[in-house]
Amino acid sequence: MNSNPLLSSVVRWFRHMTFWKSVFLVLVVAGLYSTVIRFLFGLGAATHLSDSFPWGLWIGFDVLCGVGLAAGGFVVAAAVYVFHLDDYKAIVRPSVLTAFLGYVLVVFALLFDLGRPWNIWHPLVMWNPHSVMFEVAWCVMLYTTVLALEFSPMLFERFKMHKAAHVVHGMIAPLVILGVMLSTLHQSSLGSLYLIIPEKMYPLWYSGNLPFLFFSSAVAVGPAMVTIESFFSSRAFHREIELPILSRLGKVTAVALSIYLVLKVEDIINYRLASYLFTFNLEGVLYWTELVIGVLVPIGLLVSPKVRESKRGLFYSQLLVMIGFVLNRMNVSITSLERHYGSGYFPGPMEIAVTLMIVAVGFGAFAWAAKNLAVFPEEAHAKATAAAESYEVILADNDVELKGMEPSFGMQSK
Amino acid sequence: MKKQSGILVDTTLCVGCMSCEEACADRWGFPKTDVHELTCEKNTVVQQYGDTYVPRLCMHCEDPTCASVCPVGALHKTAEGPVVYDADKCIGCRYCMQACPFQIPKYQWNKANPKVTKCDMCFDRQQEGKQPACVEACPAQARIFGCRDDLIEIARKRVGDNPGGYVHHVFGTTEIGGTSTMYLAGVDFPKLGFPSNLPKRALPQYTMDIMEKIPDYFVWGSTMMAGFWWLTNRKKKVAEYERDMKRDRSQDDTHENNQ
Repeated sequence: MNSNPLLSSVVRWFRHMTFWKSVFLVLVVAGLYSTVIRFLFGLGAATHLSDSFPWGLWIGFDVLCGVGLAAGGFVVAAAVYVFHLDDYKAIVRPSVLTAFLGYVLVVFALLFDLGRPWNIWHPLVMWNPHSVMFEVAWCVMLYTTVLALEFSPMLFERFKMHKAAHVVHGMIAPLVILGVMLSTLHQSSLGSLYLIIPEKMYPLWYSGNLPFLFFSSAVAVGPAMVTIESFFSSRAFHREIELPILSRLGKVTAVALSIYLVLKVEDIINYRLASYLFTFNLEGVLYWTELVIGVLVPIGLLVSPKVRESKRGLFYSQLLVMIGFVLNRMNVSITSLERHYGSGYFPGPMEIAVTLMIVAVGFGAFAWAAKNLAVFPEEAHAKATAAAESYEVILADNDVELKGMEPSFGMQSK
Repeated sequence: MKKQSGILVDTTLCVGCMSCEEACADRWGFPKTDVHELTCEKNTVVQQYGDTYVPRLCMHCEDPTCASVCPVGALHKTAEGPVVYDADKCIGCRYCMQACPFQIPKYQWNKANPKVTKCDMCFDRQQEGKQPACVEACPAQARIFGCRDDLIEIARKRVGDNPGGYVHHVFGTTEIGGTSTMYLAGVDFPKLGFPSNLPKRALPQYTMDIMEKIPDYFVWGSTMMAGFWWLTNRKKKVAEYERDMKRDRSQDDTHENNQ
C-alpha cells in the first residue's frame, strides 16, 4: 500500500484527523451533495433563484467578493515589480498565491452558476463588445493566465525547473503591468455590470460611480486580505508576522478607503440620497452598517500609527474592512434589488453549502501550497543574505522578524 | 434600411378572452394553463388590472438591453424588428434576465440544460409572410401587427380621435429609446403594471459611457505604468550605484587610515 506515495499521504491525512480537517470534510461532503443535485436537476432544485431573482449568492459572494478579495495580488505585485518597493517582496508570493487561488475558485464557482457551464469558452469566439460581462470574461481569463505565470516560479522551484523559473522572472515587469491593467478593468467592470439597471436598484447603491467604487474598494480590501491571511498563516505555520510591511499596507487601505468615501459622499450629493439615508428600513440599516463598519471605523483606526503598528489593531481594522467589503458586495448584488423584484430572495441551504465548500477548498489549497511550496521563501536563507544585499529599510524590518525564526522552521518541515 | 415591424396593443380593446395565450402556447408547443404570469412555458399572457386587461409580451426594444448585456451575442435585434434568442450560443449567465427593464426573459430553472425563453414576435412566421400567432388569434384586434412607424401613426390617430378615452401617450415611443411593442391605455400606465421610472435614454448607453473609455485607458494606463517602472528602476539603480561608491570610498578611507 505504501508503494504509492500519493495514496500513503492521503492515508496519513485521514489518520491525523484534526478539528479543522473534520470541518473541511463536512463542508466538502455537503458541497458535493449539493453539486450533484444542481447538475442533475438544474439550478431551481439547488438554489432559491427564480425568474424574479436571477442572480444570488453565487454571483454576489463567490464572484463579486471572490474577485475583490483577490485584489491583493495585483496591488502588491505592482508595488514590487512596477514601483520597485522592495520592502514588499516578503509578501509578494503569498499575495500572488491568494490571488491565483482566488481566481481559479471564482471560475470554479462560475461553473455552478452558469446554466450551461460547458459553454463557458463561448466568449472566446462569440464576441459582443457592448457587454460588460464579455469584457469581464476576457479580463478574468487573461488575468488568471497572468496570475498562473506569476505563480509558476513557486512550482518550478519545487520541481527544480530553474530554467523555466528564470524565463518567467525575465518577463515579470511587462507581465505585472498587464496584470495591473486587466485588474483595474475587471475590478471596476464588476461594478459596471450594474450600471444598466438604474431603475431596478435601490437608490442608495445605484451610481454612475459604481465602477470607481468597486475599484477603490478592491484596492482597499486586497491589502486587508493579505494582512488577514498573513496573520492566520503565521499562526498555522508558527511564522513571525511581517508587521512593519503590513502596517505600511494598512496605509494603502486607508488611502483607498478615503477615496472610496469621497465617492460615496459625492453620490449622496449627486443623487440626493439624504432622505434615503435617514429612512429607517432594511436598506438604510444595511447601508449604514456597511459604511460604518467597512469604511468610517477602519479609516479612523488605520490613520492612527499606534493602531496600525500593533498586531491586534491592524488585524482587527483590516478584518472590519473585509467584512464591510463583503457586506457592500452583497448589498449591491442582493439587498439593492430585493425591493424591485419583491421575491424575498435569501440563499438556499444548498447554495450556501456550495459556497462554503468553495471557501473550504480555497483554505485547503492555500494550506497545502504554504506547506509544500516556497511561498514564504525569504524565511530561512533570506535572513542570512539580507544583510549582504539589501537596503537599510529592509535590514531594519528583517531585524524585527528574525526573532523566533528557528523554531518556526522546524515546525514547518513537519 | 428595412422597415421594422412591431405590435400595437390597445388595452381598451382587449376583452380578456385569452385566445392569444392559446395561440402562443400552440406555436411554442407549451401546455395551456390558467396561470397568467410569464414563465418559461408562457411567452405571452393577459393580466387583469381592475376593468382593464393587459396583454404582456416581449417589448422588442429598439436598443435592447438584453442583447447589449449578453456576453456571447445569444440575443440580437433583427433588422426586421424582433429580438431573437439563439440557445446554442447561450452560456446561461442570466444577465439578460437581470438587465431587462420589463422582466421578460424567463428561465428553465428545473432543467439540466436550461434555455432562456421569451417571445420572438414569431420571427419564423414573419419570414413566411404571416402575422404573429397572437395577433392572428385576437378576435378584438387588441393587438395589431405592422410596420412600427405606421403603428405609431395609427396609435396617435386613435388618441386624437378619442382624447377622452385614452391616456395621451403611446407607451414604447419614448421609453428607453423606444420599443417595437407599443401600448395604448385608458388608465395611467403605472396603474397597469408598467414601470414608471424608465429613462428616455436607451439603457445600453449607461454602460457604453464607461465601456468606450476602455481602449484609451488601456493605452495610456499601460504607458504610464511602464513609465513608473522605468523611473523607479532608474532610481533604484542610481541608489545602488551611489551606495557602492560610498562603500568603496569608505573602504579607501579605512585603508588610508590604516596606512
